[in-house]
Amino acid sequence: MARKKSEISPQIVAEHGLSEEEYEIILDRLGREPNLNELGIFSVMWSEHCSYKSSRRHLAKFLTKGDRVIQGPGENAGVIDIDDGDAIIFKMESHNHPSYIEPYQGAATGVGGIMRDVFTMGARPIALMNALRFGEPTHWKTKQLVSGVVAGIGGYGNCVGVPTVGGETNFHKGYNGNILVNAMCVGLARADNVFYSAAKGVGNPIFYVGSKTGRDGIHGATMASAEFDDDSDEKRPTVQVGDPFTEKLLIEACLELMETDAIIAIQDMGAAGLTSSSIEMADKGGVGIELNLDNVPQREPNMTAYEMMLSESQERMLMVIQPGKEQLAFDVFEKWELDVAQIGKTTDTGRLVLKHERKKVCDIPIAPLADDAPNYDRPHVKPEPRPILLAEDLHETQDYNDALMRIMTSPNIASKRWIWEQYDRHVMTDTVDSSQSGGDAAIVRIHGSNKAVAITTDCTPRYVEADPYEGGKQCVAETWRNLTCVGADPIAITDCLNFGNPERPEIMGQFVGAIEGMNEACHAFNYPVVSGNVSLYNETNGQAIPPTPAVGGVGLIPDLHKFATLKGAKEGDTLILIGETTGWLGASIYLSEVLSREDGAPPPVDLAAEKLNGDYVRKLIRNRRVNAVHDLSDGGLAVAACEMAFGSNVGVSLSGPNNGERHGWLFGEDQARYLLAVEKNSVNPVLSTAKAKGISAQVVGTINGDRIQADGAFDVPLETLRAANEAWLPNLMSGDS
Amino acid sequence: MRTAVIRFPASNCDRDAAVALEKVTGIKPLIVWHRETELPAGVSFVVMPGGFSYGDYLRSGAIASRSPIVQDIKSKSERGLAVAGFCNGFQILTEAGMLPGALMRNKNLKFVCRPERLKVETDDSRYTKHYKAKSEVIFPVAHHDGNYFADKDVLNRLEKDDRVLFRYADNPNGSLNDIAGIVNEDGNVFGMMPHPERAIDPLHGGTDGIALFKSILETI
Repeated sequence: MARKKSEISPQIVAEHGLSEEEYEIILDRLGREPNLNELGIFSVMWSEHCSYKSSRRHLAKFLTKGDRVIQGPGENAGVIDIDDGDAIIFKMESHNHPSYIEPYQGAATGVGGIMRDVFTMGARPIALMNALRFGEPTHWKTKQLVSGVVAGIGGYGNCVGVPTVGGETNFHKGYNGNILVNAMCVGLARADNVFYSAAKGVGNPIFYVGSKTGRDGIHGATMASAEFDDDSDEKRPTVQVGDPFTEKLLIEACLELMETDAIIAIQDMGAAGLTSSSIEMADKGGVGIELNLDNVPQREPNMTAYEMMLSESQERMLMVIQPGKEQLAFDVFEKWELDVAQIGKTTDTGRLVLKHERKKVCDIPIAPLADDAPNYDRPHVKPEPRPILLAEDLHETQDYNDALMRIMTSPNIASKRWIWEQYDRHVMTDTVDSSQSGGDAAIVRIHGSNKAVAITTDCTPRYVEADPYEGGKQCVAETWRNLTCVGADPIAITDCLNFGNPERPEIMGQFVGAIEGMNEACHAFNYPVVSGNVSLYNETNGQAIPPTPAVGGVGLIPDLHKFATLKGAKEGDTLILIGETTGWLGASIYLSEVLSREDGAPPPVDLAAEKLNGDYVRKLIRNRRVNAVHDLSDGGLAVAACEMAFGSNVGVSLSGPNNGERHGWLFGEDQARYLLAVEKNSVNPVLSTAKAKGISAQVVGTINGDRIQADGAFDVPLETLRAANEAWLPNLMSGDS
Repeated sequence: MRTAVIRFPASNCDRDAAVALEKVTGIKPLIVWHRETELPAGVSFVVMPGGFSYGDYLRSGAIASRSPIVQDIKSKSERGLAVAGFCNGFQILTEAGMLPGALMRNKNLKFVCRPERLKVETDDSRYTKHYKAKSEVIFPVAHHDGNYFADKDVLNRLEKDDRVLFRYADNPNGSLNDIAGIVNEDGNVFGMMPHPERAIDPLHGGTDGIALFKSILETI
C-alpha cells in the first residue's frame, strides 16, 4: 500500500511531549498513523499530568477504604459520610506551573478548577483552603508572586462566595524557581444525591455548558508535565484565564439541575479540557462518544478541531442528559445566562469520533487512551539517612530573647494575616471562630445543624527532604493532630504530591519513600486517602523543589458545643504538655533560624503514641476539660505557647529543666505532642488519667500576665512579640526590593 | 410580615441575609430573582445582599442597578418602602441613585476581610433605634470597593442631617469621614459596607448585627 507523505514528523511527536516508545505504542494501537488531532489527544491524555504514568503504581498502595468512605480516588473528588444523610466531597489540587508563570490567573484558575471538581459531584462548595510555597523572601521574584497568587485566590473565591478558611504558607529558597499553589475545596452534598462521571446508555445527548471555548490554555497539561528553563515565561499563553462570575452561575445552575433527574453523568473540563472530560466519561461508562465540534460554543472564529479539543478555557462542564430532559436542561442554563449546546451523543462503538465542518477529524478507540496509558516503574533510590543530632551537641543560644524573636519573625512562623485578610472567610456565615487565624484547623458548620467539619492542610517539606519516609508519616500525622486539636474525629485526607523530575532516581526515591510513610500513617489512624493529585517536574534548570506532599485533612465535630481552639486560655490556667519530649532539634526551625543549619534527621513519628495521645486530647475536649489546645510543631513548645498567648490575649510562663538542654526543651520538635490550657481544678484529673493510660503528661507552666516567659531563658512583653510577629510579612510586602 | 432578599447573578450573601431575616422575624423571606419586574405584594422590607453581582464588571453594582426589579424597588422606596443594602447591596443602591455618593476601590487597593469596630452615631433612626448612640459594635467587613466618596456638599448634608449611622473606628478602606453606613433623606433606604448579617450568632464571634434587623423590622 502506498503511504501518503507522513503528516507526523519525529519533531512533531517530540513537541507533543511523547517519547519515541510512546509514539510506537500509538501506531500499534491505531494500526495506522494518527492525524494531528489524534496525536494531540494522545499527547495530553498520556501526559504525566493526566495519566499519572510515573506515579500510578505507587498511588495504588494507599489505604483508600474506610467506614465513612463513599467514594475514594478515581472520581473528580473523594466523598465521605458525615451522618444524617450528609456527605462531604473534597479534593486538593496543584496549580504550580501556571502560577509561577502568571501568578494571578494561575492561582485563580487553580481555585476555580478545584471548586468544579467538587460541585461536579453534586456538592455545594462550603470552604476553600490552600497550601502555598514560595521562594526565599529576598529573591527578586518572591514578592510579585506572593502578591499575585494571594490576589488571584482571593479574587476568585471571594467573588464566587465560598469562604477561604485556612491554609499554610512557607518560604524556602528551594522554591525560588518553582512555587507551589495547592488549592483545596470542601463541599456539602446529600449522600443520596452524589453525581459521577461515568457516561451511560447509547444515543444519549451530550451537553456542553459554561464559558465559550477559546484558544487559551492549549497544552496546559503538557506544560505541567515538563521542567522549566530560562525561557519559561514564553509559556504564558498556555495559562488559562478565570472568570469567577461564570463559575458562580455554573455552580447555581448545576446544583439547580441536580435537583431534577435530568443528569446521567457530569464531568468538568479541567486539564486537557474537552479531550479528557469526554474520554474519562466514555471510558468509565464503557461507551463511545461522538461529538460535533461545529456545535461547541466558540469564543473566536476559525478555531480548529485541534484547538477546541486541547483548549483549557475555564468554567466549562460536560454532561450526559437523560433523553427527554433536554428542554429542562436548556431552561435552567438559559435562566443563568450560560452558554449551552448539545454537542454530541453516546455511542456503542467504544470510540471517540469527532466531526468538524462535515469531516471526520478523529476516530480512535477510547480504551488505550485511558486504561492503556503508559505506566512506568521508574528507578528510585533511597536517600542516605542523615545523622541524628543530639541537643547536647548543638550550640545553646546565649540570648534566648533574641532566639525567640528571630524564630517568631522567621518567614515560616511569622503571622500570615497580610494574606488571609485578603480572603473572605465569613461568607455563607458558617465559619466558626472565623475572625482570627492561627488555629490548628478551620471549623465550618454544616448549615442549619449543630455539627461541623474541621479542615486543615499541612506538610513539613524539610522533614520530607531529610527523610522521605518519616517526613511522609509526619505530614499525615500533623493533619490528624490538627483536626484532633479542635475536637474533631479525623476522617480522611486528600493529598497533593509535589515533587521534581521523576526520571531522576533520587527524586523518584523521595516520592516512593514519602508515599510509603504517608500510607503507614493512614493505616495507623484508619485515615484513608480519598482524592488527590500529583505534580511532578517541579524543577528549573535541573534544580528540584524540596519534596512537598501536602496533605488536606477533614474531620467531623459532631456537637458544636464541644470543640476547642488555641484561643480559649484564661488567666490562671495551667499549661500541660501531652507527649514525650526528647528535645529533638534535627531539621528544626531553631536549627535553621538560630544556628543557620538545615541538617540532621527529622523527628521520628511514633504512630502508636500519636494515636494514644490524640485520642486522649480529643476526649478531654469532648469532656470540656480544657480551655485551649494547640499542637506542637514548627518551633516546638516555645512557638506553641506564644501562639496560644497571642490567640488568648494573655501571657505565659514556662518552667522547665534547668540543665543545659533548655534549647531542646523549648524549641525541640518531637512529634505527638499537644499543649493544653487547663483550669486549676482539672489539672490533677488530667495528669492522673494520662498516667493511667501510659501517656506522658507534665505541667510546663501557667497562663498569666502580659509577658512571654521561660525560666532562665526568655522574657519578652507579649505585645512586643506579637507586633514583631505581625509586622514581618507586611514589611516584606511593602518594602522596596 | 413579608420581607424579601433580591438575588442577582453572583449575589453571594443572599442566603446569609435570608438566615438573618428569618432569625429575627421567624419567617423565611422571599427570594426575588433580579429579572422580576415587580416585588411580590405585601413586601415591606427589602434587602439587597452582598456579593459580586455581575462579577463586579464595569463597576461594582453598576449592572445590577439596571435590573428590572431595581426599578420597581426604587419607585416603591420613593413611597416609603424600607430597603437596606449591605456590601454589594450598598454599591447597587448608590449606583441606582437611591443613596448618594459612590464606593471606590479600597485605599490600599486590596480586598479586606476582618471584624471592624464601628461607632453607632445615632439611635434616632429606623435602623439603629435598638443601639445606644455613640456605642461601639463589631461587624465584619469583606470588600474590595468600600471606599466611600461623595462631594463636599453631599458630605455636609449627610453630617448635618445625622444621616451617617455608622462610622469606622479604624477606617479600613479610606472612606471619607470614616463613613460606614448612611440613610437617605427619608430614612427608609439604608446602605453599609460592613455585614450585619455576619454578626448574628455567637459562633460568628458576635451578635451585634441583630439589633439592626430588630430596629428596622419594628418600624414596618
